[in-house]
Amino acid sequence: MSNTATLPADFADLAPFTDWALDTWRERYEKRLASSMDEMQAFYDAMMPRLTEILEHCDRFDLHDLPDEARNLLLLAFSLCEASFPVEAWRQPRVPDSGSADLEMVREPPL
Amino acid sequence: MAHFPKPLEGSWTEHYPGLGTAPVSYKDSYDPDYWQQEIDTIFKKEWLCVGRVERLGRGGSYFTREFPWAKRSIVVVKDRDGTVRAFYNVCRHRGNKLVWDDFPNEETSGVCRQFSCKYHGWRYDLDGSLAFIQQEEEFFNVDKDSLGLVPVACDVWEGFIFVNLDPEPQQTLAEALAPLSEGLAGYPFGEMTQTYEVRSEINSNWKLFIDAFVEFYHAPVLHQRQATAEESQKLASIGFEGLHYELFSPHSMVSSWGGMSPPKDPRMVKPIENLLRSGLFGPWDKPAAVNDNQNLPPLLNPSKHRAWGIDSFVLWPNFMILFWETGWYLTYTYWPLGPSKHLFESTLNFAPPENASQRAAQEFAFSTFKEYAFQDANTLEATQTMIESEVVDTFMLNDQEILCRHHHAAVREQVEANGRPESYPWMPTPASANGE
Ligand code: FES
Ligand SMILES: [Fe+2]
Repeated sequence: MSNTATLPADFADLAPFTDWALDTWRERYEKRLASSMDEMQAFYDAMMPRLTEILEHCDRFDLHDLPDEARNLLLLAFSLCEASFPVEAWRQPRVPDSGSADLEMVREPPL
Repeated sequence: MAHFPKPLEGSWTEHYPGLGTAPVSYKDSYDPDYWQQEIDTIFKKEWLCVGRVERLGRGGSYFTREFPWAKRSIVVVKDRDGTVRAFYNVCRHRGNKLVWDDFPNEETSGVCRQFSCKYHGWRYDLDGSLAFIQQEEEFFNVDKDSLGLVPVACDVWEGFIFVNLDPEPQQTLAEALAPLSEGLAGYPFGEMTQTYEVRSEINSNWKLFIDAFVEFYHAPVLHQRQATAEESQKLASIGFEGLHYELFSPHSMVSSWGGMSPPKDPRMVKPIENLLRSGLFGPWDKPAAVNDNQNLPPLLNPSKHRAWGIDSFVLWPNFMILFWETGWYLTYTYWPLGPSKHLFESTLNFAPPENASQRAAQEFAFSTFKEYAFQDANTLEATQTMIESEVVDTFMLNDQEILCRHHHAAVREQVEANGRPESYPWMPTPASANGE
């Protein structure tokens, strides 16, 4: 995905953050590591008040047949999962002391 | 002060007298000769879990597993009648690796009707028998029946595929897993098919990561900042006590409390956890598959405590299954790559989500698991290098670390029984890891 990802009309306020609509966990995690705390705080602050509505919106569709716009919205929620740790716990993008540690995703559920 | 009752002997450790209570050497976690003995007497002799049957869909589905510690590669394949078999990944003609893509040392998977060798085109059926030789008439005295792929002992327990590199395994899989084979049977593993699988090469001995996952003594300290400030203070002042420990030597288990899913007070958890109804213990809403934990297998939640949160089982020698009260399970597998290096693999397995909210709750459970796993892994390299410095020769293990003590002792027992104990004078010999 890219910043051309479109969102449902009711969620136009999240348009500045569509570059977080990323398909794989790896991309979402790397976006987190590459972001500043200010960027993540802004994303978090925009997303948190809308999260319940985002889930309600997406729940109206068959999970296996999500319209692209709802799917983008759900991918933003997945990216929020990643961004929440720096914001709520670490005050830095990386897990503290994690140095060069890394994790390879071998398989993940498709969306 | 103890919050949960301990055995009459006063401690979990003394309940198994063979374990002893003395400080222990960790030379078993870097000595190269000892490592080789572990490979020869344990990893080449025991049943090893290589994955789930769900990875093999229709007949002809296969995956390969690389065992560099044994200089072996194996193919696990499902025949058209549903039988799962394993073979060494070696062509009988001139030894080319039979199944691989792009890079011969990388694992692969797929579906096929027959295996055909990239080198000269010999073909093998799914049951391993040799089906076709290119220009067969050019060979001398060919007996095709004797040229099938070399089989590896393979069996399935509750959907987990195990192989055994011993040409004549000393026990069946069910015998080797007893009493867990019966005591954990019936858990709805097969319904938890929404799987995340991760792996990481870690610069520590394989046993050190098992140590990190069989004690929760570290949790209130190492993972302190993952909780809210108030909660982490409380956790740190209380520390950790297991609900129950049990040795089924060489297997073992620890049962631990939970109670945060959902929490009594929403302020006990981070804001996003309240919105997604999920966290380290997984999604707060149980899937139908676990039937509100009404029919758990007999070995789960052994203390029948209402605060039960998670049971962690070590399935000898290198496999763990963690059962969460919230209705999902986690696996860890540790593959030795050298005295100071191992490959860590983990799967998170959930019931398929029915809607986006459930899907997001699972995604957050994965995200959280990974934050903890990073913290757990981080300490390992730091520990490995310092035990190797040999500045300190024995280390302290407390009662909540009984499974660390036991697992190292069980390894030692098998190495000594089959190897050369006189080579390891630094090992204090326990009467028996079995104790009791
Ligand atoms: S090595 Fe396989 S066909 Fe020659
Ligand atoms: Fe941990």
